Amino acid sequence: MAKQDKSGQSLNQIKTSTNIVFNIVFLILAVMCVIPLLFVFSISITDEEAIRQNGYQLIPQALSGAAYEFLWNERLTILRAAFMSVLVTVVGTVISIALNTSMGYVVSRRNFKLKKLYTWLIFIPMVFNGGMLASYVVVSNILGLNNSIWALILPLACSAFSVTICRTFFRTTVPDSIIESAKIDGAGQFRIWSQIVLPISKPVMATIGMFAAFGYWNDWFQASLYIQDTKLQTLQSLLNQMQKNIEYIANNPYGGLSMQEYKLSMPTESVRMAIAIVIIVPIACTYPFFQKYFISGLTIGSVKE
Amino acid sequence: MGIHKSTDGGRIRHGKPWWKRWSRDDTELFVLSLPTLLWFLIFTYLPMFGIIIAFKNYRLQPGGHGFIYNLLHSEWAGFGNFKYFFTSNSFTMLLRNTILYNIAFIIISASVAVGGALMLSSMRNKRGSKVYQTMMFLPYFMSWVVVSYFVYALLTPERGYINGIITALGGERIMWYQENKYWPFIIVFLNTWKGMGYGMVIYLASITGIDPSLYEAAVMDGATKAQQARHITLPAIKPVFVMMLILDCGKIFNSDFGLFFQVTGQLPASLYTTASTFDTYIYMAIQSTAPIGQTAAASFFQAICSCGTILLANWVVSKIDNENRII
Repeated sequence: MAKQDKSGQSLNQIKTSTNIVFNIVFLILAVMCVIPLLFVFSISITDEEAIRQNGYQLIPQALSGAAYEFLWNERLTILRAAFMSVLVTVVGTVISIALNTSMGYVVSRRNFKLKKLYTWLIFIPMVFNGGMLASYVVVSNILGLNNSIWALILPLACSAFSVTICRTFFRTTVPDSIIESAKIDGAGQFRIWSQIVLPISKPVMATIGMFAAFGYWNDWFQASLYIQDTKLQTLQSLLNQMQKNIEYIANNPYGGLSMQEYKLSMPTESVRMAIAIVIIVPIACTYPFFQKYFISGLTIGSVKE
Repeated sequence: MGIHKSTDGGRIRHGKPWWKRWSRDDTELFVLSLPTLLWFLIFTYLPMFGIIIAFKNYRLQPGGHGFIYNLLHSEWAGFGNFKYFFTSNSFTMLLRNTILYNIAFIIISASVAVGGALMLSSMRNKRGSKVYQTMMFLPYFMSWVVVSYFVYALLTPERGYINGIITALGGERIMWYQENKYWPFIIVFLNTWKGMGYGMVIYLASITGIDPSLYEAAVMDGATKAQQARHITLPAIKPVFVMMLILDCGKIFNSDFGLFFQVTGQLPASLYTTASTFDTYIYMAIQSTAPIGQTAAASFFQAICSCGTILLANWVVSKIDNENRII
């Protein structure tokens, strides 16, 4: 890598002026990607009265920790939602890694008699699916998972894409000789997978795991379809629910609510922004460290055989 | 020892059918794959039978039976549900919106990603390039619900940042969530914004994989930067480009539900004709009391079209350049 950079630079450099232009372009793009977060954060720490008078300001005119105080007072709701988010993310990620790597390992075995059948079985859903309604019917009417944490976990647990990433990884990085010698020592396939293949496949587990973890943490769609019980709300669905309530109230003014109830049911804007911050911060703090796994996953995924 | 022998034996006696060559290894692998196999059958193959719903007038049958019983005992509707969907007011609007948005997304995202990757790869300060990449990747990790809060902070009429700037400059406030003429641009912009980092990184990865000696040779021959990009870099990223294109074409009848539903603020009536797609239509139908058969027809139509377009795109690519097809 270092050599490539060096030779590329000495022979094949862009002009200084071009380099400066490129830097400016990317600086603008990069700031555009990050600044909304600052907007939201600044609203969350602005005094409600100042918002009412001046609208949102990037630099708050009057600071207030009221929104976070409110979250602290409502910590039962918030912590329960945060607990649900963490629970779904952790359980989901573990299940997802297990399902994807086991299947990926099986289809990576060249001698497996059902390999061809499995390859098709995994490929077809990439091209054809039953559609949103049919999936809804299966999860809610046939499996009866309404208002169950499994409705949030199972539908997202596996994907043809992730299985393919695992297969490619196992095939290219796990030497056949290791597996053969384990077999000679009398190990069964389950033991080979769990005790030999997985421990040397941490990069792909990190990739799959990160895809799954961010997917679960960010999911609000499954929740909006299957979860009505407020006890099972995750942070994302809490945020979604608030947005929904506000739209509802905006469209049906005083729809059966007295002004008093209306005020109580409407969290202030800074509170809603504060919840958004609670969701974003864990992601914003972790993704730079896991970015390389994403990139390797995306590039392995785009390699065809 | 025994296991090893049996696989070897399988390889030697190749003439026998596969079930005769079935070894203990295969059994173990089958058992290992069983949970995932069940997952695929339940969550991807079972919904495919949902096709039936589209051809039925689903009614609750007396006696409190389960869904499947009710479905099987409902009368057949033939193509009635499809007819209803195709002749409804929404159909052409949905078709137009879904396809046009996707075409705009594909063209703009691909150009931004390829252009951005070319620029990033030629930047001199590698560390700076890494920092930009990381910052541009952030929106990819945000859910649309969170993005809808960003957008809300910018656009909400009374307090939003953008109206704040407009009024500060002496302009009139814009009621963003009621004016549908702005939304095609907002939606396309947000889609580009969210996927930009991801797209660039994919192309950048294939650019950094190019053998540097190719560039050295080109420089020796006096090739300009533009010529190098045209004759070395672009051909090298072509396979990835074509693959992404085929996959995007497969999604041309689908839409990113959150973008159209959440970001517009639960799709208010004022934006309905501008921001509705098949997905928002089906979602709203699921949440409403619309007959399930009609919703299934819409959903099935979308699935069939997606399948058709991905096969078509792959076929077109295979005709032009057989190397790059994905199926």
